[in-house]
Amino acid sequence: MSYHEAPTIAASDAPRLDQDDRPTLRFVTCGSVDDGKSTLVGRLLYDSKTLLDDQLDALASESRTVGTTGGDLDFALLVDGLQAEREQGITIDVAYRFFATKLRRFIVADTPGHAQYTRNMATGASNADLAVVLVDARKGVITQTRRHSHILSLLGIRHVVLAVNKMDLIGFDGDRFASITAEYLTLAGQLGISQVQCIPVVAPDGDNIVAVSARMPWYTGPTVTAYLESVDVSGDVSQRPFRLPVQWVNRPNAEFRGFCGRIASGTIAIGEAIAVQPSGRQTRVARILAPGGERDRAAAGESVTLTLTDEIDVSRGDVLTAGAAPEVSDQLAAHLVWFDDEAMVAGRRYLLKCGTASTGAVITTLKHRIAIDTMAQESATTLDANQIGYAHLSLDRALVFEAYRDDRDMGSFILIDPISHRTAAAGMIDLSLRRATNIHWQQLAVDKSVRARLKQQRPCVLWFTGLSGAGKSTIADLVDRRLAELGRHAALLDGDNLRHGINRDLGFSNADRAENVRRAAEIAALFVDAGMIALVALISPFRSERELARQRVEAGEFIEIHVATPLAECERRDPKGLYRKARAGELPAFTGIDDPYERPQAPEITIDTSELSTDAACEHVIRYLRDNHHL
Amino acid sequence: MLDIPITAEPVLAERTGVEQLHAASHLRRLEAESIHILRETAAEFRKPVMLYSIGKDSSVLLHLAMKAFHPGKPPFPLLHVDTTWKFREMIAFRDRRARELGIDLIVHTNNDGLSQGIDPFTHGSARYTDVMKTQALRQALDHHGFDAAIGGARRDEEKSRAKERVFSHRSAAHRWDPKNQRPELWSLYNTMLAPGESMRVFPLSNWTELDIWDYILLEDIPIVPLYLAASRPVVERDGTLIMVDDERMPLRAGEEPRWRSVRFRTLGCYPLSGATVSTAATLPEIVREMMASRTSERQGRMIDRDSPASMERKKAEGYF
Repeated sequence: MSYHEAPTIAASDAPRLDQDDRPTLRFVTCGSVDDGKSTLVGRLLYDSKTLLDDQLDALASESRTVGTTGGDLDFALLVDGLQAEREQGITIDVAYRFFATKLRRFIVADTPGHAQYTRNMATGASNADLAVVLVDARKGVITQTRRHSHILSLLGIRHVVLAVNKMDLIGFDGDRFASITAEYLTLAGQLGISQVQCIPVVAPDGDNIVAVSARMPWYTGPTVTAYLESVDVSGDVSQRPFRLPVQWVNRPNAEFRGFCGRIASGTIAIGEAIAVQPSGRQTRVARILAPGGERDRAAAGESVTLTLTDEIDVSRGDVLTAGAAPEVSDQLAAHLVWFDDEAMVAGRRYLLKCGTASTGAVITTLKHRIAIDTMAQESATTLDANQIGYAHLSLDRALVFEAYRDDRDMGSFILIDPISHRTAAAGMIDLSLRRATNIHWQQLAVDKSVRARLKQQRPCVLWFTGLSGAGKSTIADLVDRRLAELGRHAALLDGDNLRHGINRDLGFSNADRAENVRRAAEIAALFVDAGMIALVALISPFRSERELARQRVEAGEFIEIHVATPLAECERRDPKGLYRKARAGELPAFTGIDDPYERPQAPEITIDTSELSTDAACEHVIRYLRDNHHL
Repeated sequence: MLDIPITAEPVLAERTGVEQLHAASHLRRLEAESIHILRETAAEFRKPVMLYSIGKDSSVLLHLAMKAFHPGKPPFPLLHVDTTWKFREMIAFRDRRARELGIDLIVHTNNDGLSQGIDPFTHGSARYTDVMKTQALRQALDHHGFDAAIGGARRDEEKSRAKERVFSHRSAAHRWDPKNQRPELWSLYNTMLAPGESMRVFPLSNWTELDIWDYILLEDIPIVPLYLAASRPVVERDGTLIMVDDERMPLRAGEEPRWRSVRFRTLGCYPLSGATVSTAATLPEIVREMMASRTSERQGRMIDRDSPASMERKKAEGYF
């Protein structure tokens, strides 16, 4: 069978299919613990006959053994899939459920209500068109309702169904429902949530879920299902300029070179002019290969492969664009939802993923944090897990993007901790801080290898790490002199000396220490680029920071030297009297005393100066450089 | 208790023209999403592999992989974990498809388990599955050093699967930690791995069983004939119809294989796959039969019923 011909649907029909309306509605449910979210979703599944006999049997038997409804069917058990959830009667992770009615298909993300699982709510909302927010009629709009609604608005949700649940427990009081509705509409207005439908329900009994409730005749609006079936959530990204983040370059043979990706917005046709960003080079579309075969045009949402009329350099992370130019910048402002238990640190480098592009990113400033109860902006220097803030970011290289409010795919990113690999935060880009459009990396004719050849050396970073008083500067200084004697070009960056000059604005807070190390790493990388051997002598106690310094240069160019003199020996020497002060409590957070030193796990060289003389240590380093062809 | 019922959709082939277009565009969206996931896997991992179980979901997955990298071939091999108890028709189909499509196929069997004589009849389905499937899969992944394994699991299959990520992290010991999953937003996937760790990738996460059949019909995808009704020799054992696929099956006293018209909703090892009595011999017929069915597809799978929460436990241990 051939893979460029779809047998049933003719290729000419395909564009018509893709411009079809949305038969699938993705929505997210959110609310506080015990508001009845899982019960509501379970009820929707049950009433839509999505459940089959063996699943109903299992539900009946589990309702008897672990249910919380006294033997009646416990609909929450249908979605609380993990054993721990069923044991504790709570939802701890996003569950995706599918059901369909005659008019629409639905994918629902059921998300937990606990404060510590806010990240899961953001996850569910990131791909949703609409949100069903549950409140307990007895409690009305509470802090969690505000928090969730704020996240919904940040994530670009404009349509909300407010399901006021447990109406039976307030005697189906229409006045109470009206006051909750009024309070929520005020909140939604502040958050820019434009479409709100409030519905009074009793989820376990099904009132106003599928069937109109006879117990609340005063309510004349639609049921939950009727509303979900009819609401128009279309925000047409195909009307926006063409954007295709390149995922994969397909080169099966010398004749074919195609660029694969999913069209984020707009449409494209054969022969149309496009630009490759961030390089800005211009070309035209030669062929469009879609899953169903060759096509004349394609639109947002489709996974396609394009070939171009010119042989130009395009790789993963580039964006093919047409029409108005996208934002291209290495400085941007964004809303952040912090996920990681490890708090945000300004100055630390994270890995940023946006579309198909990945780059190192530093949060330069946290402009403000949002107080979730009042939605007021408060000043802060860090974000803890589940907190929301607005920050400026500086990237290692220019990123092609759009504001999140205009384009979800082109305006969203995640931050990954480069050491733990956890997803640290989700970001929604607000604006570009510096237009780097048309400012591209200069391809320099004289590069590192040319300069290195002139100097007859292979450049590298010699990174001396260890406790204060271990002998880092002494050894580095001797190696520097030895290299000079050998006619090699080196430069020594000493931690103390840097603090007198380029780093004199930095103190000793965690963020300042991280920035101190970052600047040293950047300068060392510049020296390497200039073909030189950079010697860095810095305590640099954290593995993560040394790892980032290593990533600034190419493989084999970073030589980590652990000056592993034991703490007792360092403290005995105490050349600067610092240990004495630290023991006396005059120097807080002193590495080795009351702040940890994370030993390198696999340093290229280890030196213990209580066993090795300075001269021997120096020769050890020189020998390593010779053995590895740096000299 | 039950209010106004919502009627489920009719089979693709029996829908009106407009309904067919709706369904087709829904499938095109799923197709685009799955292709995006497959390309991300190829771009982000050092050495990916596609798990090929020969079933209908694997057939769809393979079809999507062919499309994703057309006119090239998928940049990863197929891996089939062969317990030696698969239906003979499945093995023939597997070898034929790999040959027709020109794709590398790796077949791995747990030879330790084989030499210990582990079989589903004497050792029970739980132990057999652990040794011949879970352990075997881990052996194969470790042996080849695969850092991403693409599988055909769907979220609608089972409750613990409904909670799994599209890119699902595994520790160096292949364990899944359901309570510590990476959040997955938009179409952005955190693919970072430490040495020894790996990723399981599920491009069909958002497909339903009906979507799979509709797509097979729409795209005319070849499937193992066992899905279609035919006269086959079966015995009824513990309320399940088991096909006597070869002479290794020990017959109990009074068991006499009878020829009956049956088909399979899911395929696996023949001693663990229950057949359904059916005369549905064409695709539209079986989809219609499935729509009318009041039991879930996993009902015929004997391993899910070993113990409560058995799928979650098996997944935590490295089962696909």
